[in-house]
Amino acid sequence: MIYNVGMGEAKVALGEDALRTLGLGSCVGVTLFDVFAQVAGLAHIMLPSAPLNTEDVFKYADTAIPLLLEQVLREGAYRNRIGAKVVGGAQMFAFSKGLDLVRIGPRNVEAIFTQLEMLRIPVLASDVGGHFGRTIQVKCDTGEVWIRTLKQGEHYI
Amino acid sequence: MGDAYSLNSQVADMLCELGNIGAGHAATALSELLQMPIAMRVPQVELIQVDEISAILGGAETLVACVFLQVTGDIEGTMFFIQSMESAKALVANIWTAEEGTDELSEIGSSALGEIGNILGANYLSALMDFTQLRMLPSVPLVAVDMAQAILSIAFQSEQAVGRYALVIHTAVHHREQQGDAHFLLFPTPFAQDVLLRALGIEGSI
Repeated sequence: MIYNVGMGEAKVALGEDALRTLGLGSCVGVTLFDVFAQVAGLAHIMLPSAPLNTEDVFKYADTAIPLLLEQVLREGAYRNRIGAKVVGGAQMFAFSKGLDLVRIGPRNVEAIFTQLEMLRIPVLASDVGGHFGRTIQVKCDTGEVWIRTLKQGEHYI
Repeated sequence: MGDAYSLNSQVADMLCELGNIGAGHAATALSELLQMPIAMRVPQVELIQVDEISAILGGAETLVACVFLQVTGDIEGTMFFIQSMESAKALVANIWTAEEGTDELSEIGSSALGEIGNILGANYLSALMDFTQLRMLPSVPLVAVDMAQAILSIAFQSEQAVGRYALVIHTAVHHREQQGDAHFLLFPTPFAQDVLLRALGIEGSI
């Protein structure tokens, strides 16, 4: 079974299931997983930091990652075995100096790495930046992430 | 859900009229540029969910060509002139030479598309400025060719965008019957929506 994770959402799945999110541009897909427990969670993060009392907790890096961690732990992942993979954070429009909105990708990536470091979750692989969109699919039993792009082909990390 | 996200019909009508005025002027400019008639569809004003926006272009991963303008001034927001790769190539071929291949625009093709988007965007916004007496200034045009969702998600990534919905004024144009639509999408920020409604003399909110 493949579960779709929408923009600003997160899901956790187990065993042979997979998690997928489509068309990451400057958004970032973060997966936290434990291969032994075969548990993986995927969040589709849109912005670096949340305003006070937000309801859209998975939309923002600083609220999404601690909550995603909580959810994978609840599904049986072991804290010290959890690793992360980070994909996305592109700058879809090249030559866009000065437009803050357009630089959101790199800012998202930075915020996510800061969160992961604070929570001491090792980043096992990442594919971030560039000027192209990505679709990703995470296999819960292996933690492998399949990345599809229109311009740079497909590959696993 | 439900009611909270449906639009007040008077507001929707007024915003549709803005789409009509803006896209009407842009379509006229395009028609002059290409020396051919341009057909325009009825504008739609929608509160659209983050994940649904790319459906109008055929899905999240559809290859599209897009000109993006950030709008600043009294009204802030984002504007997209977006269409399928095929229709972008047909458009560019009208003012430049036809492009080979299918997946990419040449550098000059992409700069031609950017310039078309720039002219259309400026016409769209200046018509709205005349009508509302509010300032709306477009940024330099930025061009991207990639997955629809990856490009359009930027409309939902302003720091002011709250929640899962965004207001969009959507108008489609096409220059030949067999050609797919090109879409004008204008996303005013929530703050800009209030300013806009006040300028139009409408009480209440979106």
